[in-house]
Amino acid sequence: MSMLKIDGLNVNYGAIHAVRDVSLEINRGEIVTLIGANGAGKSSVIRSIMGLTKSTAREMTYTSPRDNKPVNILGHPAEDHVKLGISLSPEGRRILPQLTVEENLRLGAYIRDDAKGIADDMEYVYGLFPRLKERHRQKGGTLSGGEQQMLAVGRALMSRPDLLMLDEPSLGLAPVLVDEVFGIIREINAQGRTILLVEQNAFAALKAAHRAYVLEVGAVSLSGTGVELLDNPKVRAAYLGG
Amino acid sequence: MNLNIFIQHFINALSLGSLYGLVAVGYTMVYGILRLINFAHGDIFMLGAYFVYFATIVYHFPWAVGVITAIILTTICGLLVDRIAYKPLREAPRISALISAIGVSFFIENFAVVVFTGMPRPVVQPPILMKPIEFSGGVRLIPLGILVPVVSFALVGVLLWLLYRTKPGLAMRAISFDIEATRMMGVSVNKIIALAFGLGSALAAVAGIMWALRYPRVEPFMGMTPGIKAFIAAVFGGIGSVPGAMIGGLILGFVEIMSVAFFPTLSGYKDAFAFLLLIMILLFRPTGLLGEKLEDKI
Repeated sequence: MSMLKIDGLNVNYGAIHAVRDVSLEINRGEIVTLIGANGAGKSSVIRSIMGLTKSTAREMTYTSPRDNKPVNILGHPAEDHVKLGISLSPEGRRILPQLTVEENLRLGAYIRDDAKGIADDMEYVYGLFPRLKERHRQKGGTLSGGEQQMLAVGRALMSRPDLLMLDEPSLGLAPVLVDEVFGIIREINAQGRTILLVEQNAFAALKAAHRAYVLEVGAVSLSGTGVELLDNPKVRAAYLGG
Repeated sequence: MNLNIFIQHFINALSLGSLYGLVAVGYTMVYGILRLINFAHGDIFMLGAYFVYFATIVYHFPWAVGVITAIILTTICGLLVDRIAYKPLREAPRISALISAIGVSFFIENFAVVVFTGMPRPVVQPPILMKPIEFSGGVRLIPLGILVPVVSFALVGVLLWLLYRTKPGLAMRAISFDIEATRMMGVSVNKIIALAFGLGSALAAVAGIMWALRYPRVEPFMGMTPGIKAFIAAVFGGIGSVPGAMIGGLILGFVEIMSVAFFPTLSGYKDAFAFLLLIMILLFRPTGLLGEKLEDKI
């Protein structure tokens, strides 16, 4: 069952054609990953989906599992996406440094008014990332990089999204933490959320994902299941160090 | 100087300082969110004073009704300024909005001259606010002198509660650090910006009304000097910080009143003290007393 269908996506920054004719589809319940080198256009794709970057496309349809109605989301402002059930943990984490951990999470739940549900979800996030609970009164800016990443993912979960998009969740993390974060991504997925994962760490991403797209200079060069791409010699040579 | 006179000066400084603070809060909120110095803010203050003048003295509304009407009308004006002069320039370079702000300020002042005429109009003070109260030790205070700081502190208290205990307040604090990240959370940024303008204008209206009662008259350029002083107070306290704006306003009020009280020969220089304070703070502590360091803002 398709959840997000994109056909012919293009993004231009002035003269730079950052995304060329990208088509991709995400099915309900999947972990789909978008891998590629730095500057391949991965973040531009995810930002276009979120409505943060101006883009054109033949089609960009989101079908919410809440009502099964396909909606065109191209050109919708970002703040409306959250209400549809899409949320983003952005590149660079974008934690609000002067707000406490708890306030950052509350902001993630901004569109909701069910105090009980918000409190439950906060406990759920603290269950996934116990370190955030220890630091819930601390300012976001005082956290370590890894903790900020956890907070960014936790904050994106607070809107109870059906489609969770994660932009480089492993960037700058120690190897031990990378495994931990990917474990948690799989756990979140097992609880019924669909995930779009943008990653430079191709190996970890392909291992975690059901399906993957490889992006090269703004265009999709390969796609397949995570296992297929892990075995693909071209992928191995380009992204997995042979 | 005997105690009685000192207390008079003290209350006077507290009144003036809290009025500066109330206006400074509006500057600081808008700056915190948009990095825009809303030069029209002093003129919004002037409109508040005129609206209460017309409501109570020309149209004979009871004071309570007149004050509420004036606050509502001033708030609407503040929102219109944002909608017409600043919102179309959100994506433009910051200097464009700044120039627009200066333009709006000139426009409101001169429009006021056309509509209200340039002649100062006397405000009739309600006798209940002017009847001195005797305290022990021969201290006599007029109720207005006490009312002004009490109202100002109460309103800033309500504002802090809004900022730190409510959802729109959370969004407002978040937007001042990262607009895009806040949008991603489902916050309608323009609504929150409008809220900041609305709250700032309402506070400026209250300040304008109390100012008109203290110096019982209104005139089209009455917002200029208090506006600039309040801006200095906001910078002094650390622009972007609401408690800082209030503290900056109080310090400015005390410097102004006490310098004249203790050195009457320097009374001609009282405005110069305000600017001296601004220059000193910009030289030695550009982030102000409670201002955040800029590197947190990236």
